[in-house]
Amino acid sequence: MISTMLQYVIDALNLGSLYALTALGIGLLFGILRVINFAHGDFISVGAYTLIVPSTNALAVLYVGALPWPLVVVLTALSVIAVAMLSELVVFRPLRSSSPATLMIGSFALSFVIQHLILMVHGSRPKAVNLWPELATQVELLGLRVQKLHLVTVGTTAMLLGILTVLLRATRTGVEMRAAAEDYQMARMLGIRANAVIGGALALSGLLAATASLLYTAQSGIVSYQMGAPLMMFAFISTVIGGLGNLLGAVFGAFVVGAIEVALQATLPDQLRPFREAFVFTLVIAILLWRPHGIIEARSSRERV
Amino acid sequence: MIAPLITAPGRRLEAAWPLLSLIIILLLVAAATLWVNDPEIDQTVTEALIRLIVVVGMYLFIGNSGIISFGHIGFMAIGAYAAAWQTCCPPLKPMIMPGLPDFILHRSLPFLPATVIAGTLAALVAFLVGFFIMRLSGVGASIATFAFLAIVEIIYSNWDRVTAGTGAVVGIPVVVTVPIATCASIAALIVAYGFQVSSYGLSLRSSRDDEVAARAAGVDVFRQRLIALVLSAFLVGYGGALYSHFLGILSPDIFYLNLAFVTLAMLVVGGVGSLAGAVVGVLVVSATIEVLRRLEVGMDLNGMTIRLPPGSQEVLLGILMLLVLIFRNRGLTSSREISWPRRPSLHGSIDKRSVEQV
Repeated sequence: MISTMLQYVIDALNLGSLYALTALGIGLLFGILRVINFAHGDFISVGAYTLIVPSTNALAVLYVGALPWPLVVVLTALSVIAVAMLSELVVFRPLRSSSPATLMIGSFALSFVIQHLILMVHGSRPKAVNLWPELATQVELLGLRVQKLHLVTVGTTAMLLGILTVLLRATRTGVEMRAAAEDYQMARMLGIRANAVIGGALALSGLLAATASLLYTAQSGIVSYQMGAPLMMFAFISTVIGGLGNLLGAVFGAFVVGAIEVALQATLPDQLRPFREAFVFTLVIAILLWRPHGIIEARSSRERV
Repeated sequence: MIAPLITAPGRRLEAAWPLLSLIIILLLVAAATLWVNDPEIDQTVTEALIRLIVVVGMYLFIGNSGIISFGHIGFMAIGAYAAAWQTCCPPLKPMIMPGLPDFILHRSLPFLPATVIAGTLAALVAFLVGFFIMRLSGVGASIATFAFLAIVEIIYSNWDRVTAGTGAVVGIPVVVTVPIATCASIAALIVAYGFQVSSYGLSLRSSRDDEVAARAAGVDVFRQRLIALVLSAFLVGYGGALYSHFLGILSPDIFYLNLAFVTLAMLVVGGVGSLAGAVVGVLVVSATIEVLRRLEVGMDLNGMTIRLPPGSQEVLLGILMLLVLIFRNRGLTSSREISWPRRPSLHGSIDKRSVEQV
């Protein structure tokens, strides 16, 4: 009984970690640009597709993914960050002074473009990718058999959260980012370099997306051109629950969503299980009604009149 | 308010001109299509006209309230399936969709009442969902509509006994032709224009332009948004019903991100803030899609075959939308209605302002 419960806890932590990585990337950008970045899920797809040889064949051949793991991590991160920076130059910078609604539609369009660029290069069929099969083995932990991959996922997320905290608190750009997230206009007037801050935020969110893409691909074993969409959906929900613009809240929200999903998976009767995600989304709308600015309200999210 | 300004019959025509001009454009498109009489162009124009109904329905809510909704394609799915439940394939129906309630399982309704009932069901769902979602504002409301779209997709893909799941519902009578689609889209234009010049439309627009001021002036923003959402869901659901009688086959993945993107692109490219924007957007984007689609299949130009790889249609459409957002963010029509060409000099300047704002 206790071991089943612990098993659920580990599942929830694992799922929550993936959502947290994604939600942080979305939250970082929202804090500064006030944009809901629909393309973040596609940054994740870009990372996953870096691993394989570009071709429209049904069979995927590992390319970057076959290299030693430190190289895999670095190359994937570089390619996702490159796409994120390019997005900043081509889409977010020209739209910077537009309304939040325009920015949101812009990121939606960017997401659509990236998805179909991937489709052009790799074809529309999902492909099986066997990344890091040695992590699929199980280890004993506190009398439980846990997949190594789950431990790596939770560990990596914890580590990245730590690094991010240090970056945001101790480096100049990090402090500027937090200032911009509090009050962008004021921060600019005090001489904060907008391009550096927004570029930095996009690079960081690219790094987070790259990490999420590696862990997610290793877990699911499948890549497809719309693979980022469901992750992005859950991450949106996490950021909204946690309070938009509040990074700590986004992480908290992600683990809440992970826990809800595992709980529903465990308790819903069989015929309702396929509708599990619909329940999660309904719950989110309910939470939004209860707390329109999220459970942990960010100071900057209140509308000023 | 536009009503007190209009006194003479000529001015009444001028006031109705934004609507009349759009109807004339649609009639010209329809007439040209019937005159050319090419089956492939017939298909394209019919589909564009059905999408026009959907986009005009979306405009009724998004344009007047200023809230971006990603969820309207969910209402379209609801309307499309509701129509199929009523008109689809009597002998097959108990096999494909055994979970349907008895009163429609063994009988079929005629096309016209079926589409109206389908639209009504979408409106009913909009009322239930909107009763909650419309309490949110700005980005929160947009995300909630996105969640609604996902919920509809999940339910319709998994509710096997009623929607045939991810498989397809086939055998829906294909009855929508260019004349039918033209009549239906003109009706949608009349509804949308009637709404936007009514007191409901005007108070909703006031809340879009300045929510705080509108509230202070006594506008019940929640109520106005809900009314607009229900009416727009009816139009979108009705469009969905026509779409299912145009395709003859339904599956849940038709009504997901891609269609949501294309319809939103139409609205944004034309101009979110005006009915003319919705119409121009649908016509321009549909024409662009058609040209790109033919290029993807392969087009012969003086013995040289031009062929774009699959997916380029969507990529170029996305780029078009980004260009419009960056360089002309009020859309091709600048979110203005088509105004009466000859402007009387006496009240000219006053009229200009009031017409643009309406």
